[in-house]
Amino acid sequence: MENVIIGLEIHVQLNRLQSKMFCGCSTAYHDSPPNSHTCPVCLGLPGSLPVINRKAVEYGIKVGLALNCKIEEETLFYRKNYYYPDLPKGFQISQYDYPLATQGHIMILGDDGAERNIRINRAHMEEDPGRLVHAGTIDKAKYTMVDYNRCGMPLLEVVTEPDLSSPKEARVFLDKLKSILDYLDVFDGSQEGSMRIDANISLKGGDRSEVKNITGFKGVEKALSYEITRQKNMQRRNIKVVQETRHFDELRNITVSIRSKVGAHDYRYFPECDLAVMRIAPWVPTIRAALPELPDVKRERFVKQYGLADDHAKSLTSEIKLANFYEAVATQAAPKLAAVWIADVLKGELNYRDLAIDCFREEHMAEIVQMLEKGKISEDGAVQIIRELLDKKSGSPGEIVLALGLGRAEDDAVQKAVREAVAESAAAVADYRAGSERALNFIVGVVMKKTRGKADAGEVHRLVKAEVEKV
Amino acid sequence: MITREDVEHISWLASIKIEDEEKDELVEHFNSILEYFHQLDEVDTEGVKPTYRVVDLANIFREDAAYESLPQDQALKNAPRTENGYIKSPRIV
Amino acid sequence: MLSELKSKLLAESCEEYLCQLFDRIEKSSLNAFTTLAKESALKEAKLFDKNPGRGLLAGVPIAIKECISTKGIETNCSSRILRGYIPPYDAHVIERLKAEGAIIMGKTNMDEFAMGTSTETSCFGPTKNPWDHTRVPGGSSGGSAAVVAGGIAPCSLGSDTGGSVRCPASFCGIVGLKPTYGLVSRYGLVAYANSLEQIGPLTHTVEDTALLMEVISGHDERDSTSATGTRRSYLPGLQDGVAGLKIGIPKEYFGEGVDSDVEKAVWAAIHTLESLGASWQEISLPHTRYALAAYYVIAMSEASSNLARFDGLRYGSRQGEDKDWHTTFSEIRAKGFGPEVKRRIMLGTYALSAGYYGRYYLKALQVRTLIKEDFQRAFKEVDLLASPTMPIPAFKIGERINDPLSLYMADVFTVPINLAGVPAISVPCGFAERLPVGLQLMGPHFGEGAVLRAAQAFEAATPFHEAKPEVV
Repeated sequence: MENVIIGLEIHVQLNRLQSKMFCGCSTAYHDSPPNSHTCPVCLGLPGSLPVINRKAVEYGIKVGLALNCKIEEETLFYRKNYYYPDLPKGFQISQYDYPLATQGHIMILGDDGAERNIRINRAHMEEDPGRLVHAGTIDKAKYTMVDYNRCGMPLLEVVTEPDLSSPKEARVFLDKLKSILDYLDVFDGSQEGSMRIDANISLKGGDRSEVKNITGFKGVEKALSYEITRQKNMQRRNIKVVQETRHFDELRNITVSIRSKVGAHDYRYFPECDLAVMRIAPWVPTIRAALPELPDVKRERFVKQYGLADDHAKSLTSEIKLANFYEAVATQAAPKLAAVWIADVLKGELNYRDLAIDCFREEHMAEIVQMLEKGKISEDGAVQIIRELLDKKSGSPGEIVLALGLGRAEDDAVQKAVREAVAESAAAVADYRAGSERALNFIVGVVMKKTRGKADAGEVHRLVKAEVEKV
Repeated sequence: MITREDVEHISWLASIKIEDEEKDELVEHFNSILEYFHQLDEVDTEGVKPTYRVVDLANIFREDAAYESLPQDQALKNAPRTENGYIKSPRIV
Repeated sequence: MLSELKSKLLAESCEEYLCQLFDRIEKSSLNAFTTLAKESALKEAKLFDKNPGRGLLAGVPIAIKECISTKGIETNCSSRILRGYIPPYDAHVIERLKAEGAIIMGKTNMDEFAMGTSTETSCFGPTKNPWDHTRVPGGSSGGSAAVVAGGIAPCSLGSDTGGSVRCPASFCGIVGLKPTYGLVSRYGLVAYANSLEQIGPLTHTVEDTALLMEVISGHDERDSTSATGTRRSYLPGLQDGVAGLKIGIPKEYFGEGVDSDVEKAVWAAIHTLESLGASWQEISLPHTRYALAAYYVIAMSEASSNLARFDGLRYGSRQGEDKDWHTTFSEIRAKGFGPEVKRRIMLGTYALSAGYYGRYYLKALQVRTLIKEDFQRAFKEVDLLASPTMPIPAFKIGERINDPLSLYMADVFTVPINLAGVPAISVPCGFAERLPVGLQLMGPHFGEGAVLRAAQAFEAATPFHEAKPEVV
């Protein structure tokens, strides 16, 4: 879609923090009754004053560095003045000139399969507004309900240049960003509304519309696709696309115009003098040194170190926990086989059940891969073991093999060894037939040698006895 | 010079409704006050840094620790209109 | 004197004293108190009588300006839009006062949101000057000054954004201090112009002001502009006198526009200080004439943002049928704010708006820098500066209220201090036709010690602080 120009503004809640951006209210407000996580500061009560959460700034710098941004030596907060019921002070404490981080970039795989450089204009800190619950849809609601629990949550707004050229590319970019945030351990994407996106979109030569407050990556794709169709239809009918703000209605999968007054935005930014400036240059080297290995670097290393296919390496490095899980398994079992089974099978089974990787134990996966490697279980059997472990949440792969009789492959090997041992041990067989029970132990020993001690001695004893008596 | 239209725009920006009969007086007050402000134009401020904060403080932070929030009833106590723990606001559009 | 009051409270009964005060308040026609906390105050007094604490202000009743947040006591900034708002928290200064045993009597009248010089813009109507009921008490902390001057509270707290403690102190013949920006925590002070204002005491004597400063000053981690470092003490050294002190007389603060009686009283005061061992010299603060314009641009700009939160949703008044958000909100604000507040919000909005920011707000902040530098230069030469607090004595109620600019002009000698963030005190220094005149003494940043010491020396050598208005 070469005629489509998309830029994103991504609002990321730094929800790995304990407390809000400017007050000590807990960030764990999900599942709480409305307006039960507020204080004079985040409720904007007259006379209250903000104080900056130091760690939030550190997290912001971390993200800025991971996005290859320049970190401003001295940064400060501004007031962004506008009125909305979710904004208790009538202004949002945000950044304007000298934002925390500027001029970054990340690489993504474009629609054409080539690597594309997406420029990051800036990343700045701000406070989250409250949450509005409309009685019905935004344009038809009789009134609006406000919950200020979310208000004051630490936000990082990442603004891209208009470098994206399709809804799918936007999605790929967002996946990449999410993965980086995940690696930095500053963001928990599983919390509802923890990442919200404003998308600017235009067709070449036309004015842009801004679709505000989209939650979820699927939502972004849908909203953008809807906008492209709408703008194309307008072009076709020779109607001018006006620059405006639109709202994505998730229920109806459409965008609706929400502010008719064009050009009326005048945020009257000015420095927030209730807060001191932040001279952060000295922090940067320490934070940079402590940055973890990021997804792209890890992916390349996986390819080199473990000989993985690129798509497996990419899939395994999308989340830090998954990558760590893989590496733990790869040290105990065949790395390539482990990659296939984790990326292609385990991940799918987890997604199907909406489970995270924490739900599966590394040593279980290692055991399964080892059994596969040694031909002790079939591929079907391995899938069954994974499902069993995920659904029953108890037992070990070995126990499941026994319980479900999945170990045929292994028994065959033991059986084979037993047959061979009996055939090779004519003297011992004769002794046994002559009444020496102990002669069987010799044959058991031969079997154990053949199976390199992996077989169960008791079980082998039983099998040998049966074989000898058969002959 | 501020006009009636300017006053209307400012009223919209400031979210303060003004009645037609107030406008002329506001135009007059605003113009006389702004004219007084214009004496600042006489001052040569070339290269002068603005003073946003009268004391030069930097890096004033709090540590990332959570405290007890207000109980819901305290947070809602002063709100004129509430429903099921929410604060009721007029519809947006 | 609070030290005498403290002995009296110990020897006699705090409850009785408070009852007398509340009796006088009920009979008073000053219209200085807005909300009384009689029940909780009397409860505290009874507790004191049973078991007097050891706090610096144990048992001492104090009146609090309407714009300082008091837990459980209505805090409405004398504005209709905040009527009924009962804060769930105490301002830092209130916590400090309570910790030292002070008893909160109630809240005092003020110009709506501290925007004024006369306490006439209050939604409760004007407060009267105890010296002449037809005159204003000054503002915006007019209620806090009138209750002390009128003898219905022994001391009070006000707030000073552009002179709002010193002006009413001057008009009512009492002592009022605007501390160095950052010395007293603003946590809980409802903001009007947050880069300019400080909470300050209003008392009968300099020693009482020093005592209150001892209690309310100091670092508070909830206010990021709060000064760090060691706690300062003001009582020790208070009596050390002014021998050797160099006082600068800024020539721009005298002459044209200054009432001749005021000027006479202030010069007499300077000579008194000289006779006590200080020396004086004329100096210049060349950017003084631009201070007023710079101050009003900055204050209005900040106010337009600070007062944006008053939307009738979370607190305050909200009547009538809801329309859409913007319409409802605009109507609530139109009804809730008085004309002067609306004027300042709208002008501030304009000054910050696209295309005008550089011309007004930024320019004013640059001029602020020049004014600050004027003071820095002056304090390299002298220890303190002396001037009239107000160019005129208290004016008549209604005289200036319809001409905003003429009201603003009265702040000409007080606003530069807020722009520079330095401390200044107003002490009674005589009369202009039976109306009190205030002497303003200004010091460098955190120079409260010297300011208070000079004020104390002057007070000890003069009888003006003992003069009391006849009628209450």
